[in-house]
Amino acid sequence: MTEPLPSGVERREFDGRDRLATQGTPVYGEPTDGDWRLWDAGRSKLAAMLESGMDVGLEGEEAVLYLGAASGTTVSHVADFAGPTYAVEFAPRPVRDLVGVAEDRENLFPLLKDARKPDTYAHLVESNVDAIVQDVATRGQARVAAENAQFLADDGRLLAALKARSEDVTRDPDEVFERALDDLRESYEVLETARLEPYHDDHLGVVARPL
Amino acid sequence: MTDDGTSPERESAGGFEGVAPDDVEAGARRVREGRADAPADWPEQAVAAGFADDEADYYATLREATLRAAREDASERERADDQQLVHAVRAMDDVTAQANELAERVAEWAGSRYPDAGTGVEYARELAEREGEASEESDDSHVSPTDERLVSLARRVANFADEADRLRAFIERETPEVAPNLAAMAGPVLAARLVSLAGGLESLAKKPAGTVQVLGAEDSLFAHLRGRAPSPKHGVIFTHEYVRGTRPEKRGSAARAFAGKLAIAARVDYYSGDRKPELDEELRERIEQIRGEGGDGGGGDGSGDGTGAEGGDDE
Repeated sequence: MTEPLPSGVERREFDGRDRLATQGTPVYGEPTDGDWRLWDAGRSKLAAMLESGMDVGLEGEEAVLYLGAASGTTVSHVADFAGPTYAVEFAPRPVRDLVGVAEDRENLFPLLKDARKPDTYAHLVESNVDAIVQDVATRGQARVAAENAQFLADDGRLLAALKARSEDVTRDPDEVFERALDDLRESYEVLETARLEPYHDDHLGVVARPL
Repeated sequence: MTDDGTSPERESAGGFEGVAPDDVEAGARRVREGRADAPADWPEQAVAAGFADDEADYYATLREATLRAAREDASERERADDQQLVHAVRAMDDVTAQANELAERVAEWAGSRYPDAGTGVEYARELAEREGEASEESDDSHVSPTDERLVSLARRVANFADEADRLRAFIERETPEVAPNLAAMAGPVLAARLVSLAGGLESLAKKPAGTVQVLGAEDSLFAHLRGRAPSPKHGVIFTHEYVRGTRPEKRGSAARAFAGKLAIAARVDYYSGDRKPELDEELRERIEQIRGEGGDGGGGDGSGDGTGAEGGDDE
């Protein structure tokens, strides 16, 4: 029923349950099994998308642009199985932690940049990345995806977690998602969507490819 | 390496054009300040231009540069943010003081002309709006040059008061970003005041709790040190309900407990930045305990005693 996981991501048993794990240096005190470390879907929207059985189209060793890396919890797992990973985060405080994560990983490049201004990092991020992972908690999430589409290969994938509360806390999440998806369709073909409950409330996972 | 027809002079080391591969400092500056309209195959270009031996070499150089740039950028921006807060708090106080002073002048002037003249910033606002409407409605009604000046002055007061409100809103929005624990514990405006009095978040984080307790009460403190007065029990933290809302004989204890937790919150904010809600809860319990000791509940009357703290902030 579930799509194949990227190579470098496996299901391993933690606390009697099969859960996602990647291989790398632990970063935030997560449980480990040998050199495998738990990738908790409750803490990571991308892990929740994988747990929900969405076809994210990742095989491993891809070039990835990660927008909204925060303190690096999820991006550390991405860097464990992906190739060159460009991690964009605009808030200075979490970037301190992100730098710590990047110090243990050869293929992770932390960028303290605003994801709404791709011209400030287009001189660093290579063209034709295989995937954009987007988890930004700001208004206009669809616009961020549109403006960054220039980095994506023609057959690349946008893997976005849309947060209803970031767009409008007063409206019904379903309405918010509909509007955001309409905006997204101007530059992407939406392949699959799924709500990320029970892992994340009022979040919509989206897999899309550039038009 | 490349046979895609790009002429040699157009080949570049990608985003690092003009930067020596072993100059990490220049590389980091390029990461921070560079721009491009569109991405390109930077790794391939860097190899083609001889900037890197191969892609792995390019990525290693990129990594060094981005790590260094992110470290420098993050610490610079954090430093900058608490200083912006300091300026905003001081500006809010200046603008509020100006508004109050000019409002007194407006009230005095208006009292000489209108029997129903009121006082304060509110009256100045009223005057500014009322007269503004009247002159628009009937352009034949002649406004005297004196009223014109008076109303114009009242409008200045209203503008200053509006600016003070906007500065307060800015502080309420920004403080939780700069100092999340301090803002949650003290309220954003008092938290920003403490940062301002200490001169920045770093120096606040390095102050002992006893100093935090009397920040803003420097006049009383120095009077005490010269041997002329009792030691101040609280400085600007008096404006918080935890201190002011505690009955006078217990206020010193409440202020000491409050300042102790504020000092911890400032250190957490400066050194880690993680939110620790349990600090708020511990403080709430401690204050309740102090208020419960030897008597029935707190009942502050809101009057200051021996503080020398600036008043007027009802956080």
